[in-house]
Amino acid sequence: MRARVFVMLKPSVFDPQGTTVADALHTLGYASVTAVRQGKYFELDIDAKTEDEARRIASEAADKLLANPVIESYRIDIEKTEAAKR
Amino acid sequence: MKFAVVVFPGSNCDHDAYHAARHVLGQDAAFVWHKETSLGGADVVVLPGGFAHGDYLRTGAIARFSPIMREVQQFADRGGPVLGICNGFQVLLEAGLLPGAMLRNRSVKFQCEHVFVKVEQIDTPFTNACRPGQILRIPIAHGEGNYYAEPGVIERLEKNRQVIFRYTTADGAMMPEANPNGSAANIAGICNDARNVVGLMPHPERACELALGSADGYVVLESAVKAVTHGMFAAAR
Repeated sequence: MRARVFVMLKPSVFDPQGTTVADALHTLGYASVTAVRQGKYFELDIDAKTEDEARRIASEAADKLLANPVIESYRIDIEKTEAAKR
Repeated sequence: MKFAVVVFPGSNCDHDAYHAARHVLGQDAAFVWHKETSLGGADVVVLPGGFAHGDYLRTGAIARFSPIMREVQQFADRGGPVLGICNGFQVLLEAGLLPGAMLRNRSVKFQCEHVFVKVEQIDTPFTNACRPGQILRIPIAHGEGNYYAEPGVIERLEKNRQVIFRYTTADGAMMPEANPNGSAANIAGICNDARNVVGLMPHPERACELALGSADGYVVLESAVKAVTHGMFAAAR
């Protein structure tokens, strides 16, 4: 199984990097881009039998390490892969 | 008395802290590698500045799982004085020994300069030798020192007098211009509920001798010596 974990700063938390990227895009002429938020993306290959098991493990990993609950939230997508054979 | 200076892979102010403790204050000091499981009978623990584990993922996020951190946690739970400086502060936040988190500096720049910091509270093991409201001119050197906590948490920190250091002007005025990184309420350093764990972004250990441009940081480490020798926080050993 492959878990895709998207970690983003919570909406209430100011994102200096995203703001800087937005400013750069405006400098490049992309006036239509009104806001940018920058986050982190992880791919976890997990040796799990079911999607639920993979989700549980990815969720635990996100809670413990991948995201800091004080400032970040996360979303997990699970995809079936041939990972077990590799 | 003995200082333990924890060394993570990527710590780079460990020698500064060791030098200040041993050669400037004349105390016993020892490096403790992050894979150790004992603090070697230290009276005070310092988590130094640097880039533990390369600051990968988030500052301090991986260091908090180093074996020595279990000992640091237990030492802190027993009331032992723990000081986290810069990256050490970030580790304490990630480990949950102090509340809140660090964001990228509002300027999105690595800020490396001397700043003015006001000592807000003196009833901690790292400020008891300070005068109330004393202004320290000490350096900062960080990219992620923008202290953040939810408004309710900031309110609680203020109410419980847990804001220990604040960025101010040279005469102690708390103004946005004196805030080098965008920290909430100009917060430069805080303590835990029990007041024995203190974290701050500025580097007192780098400002303990006039030859270094300022000796204002001396009083922070001197406080630790005073606290231990007077038995204020000696129950931890």
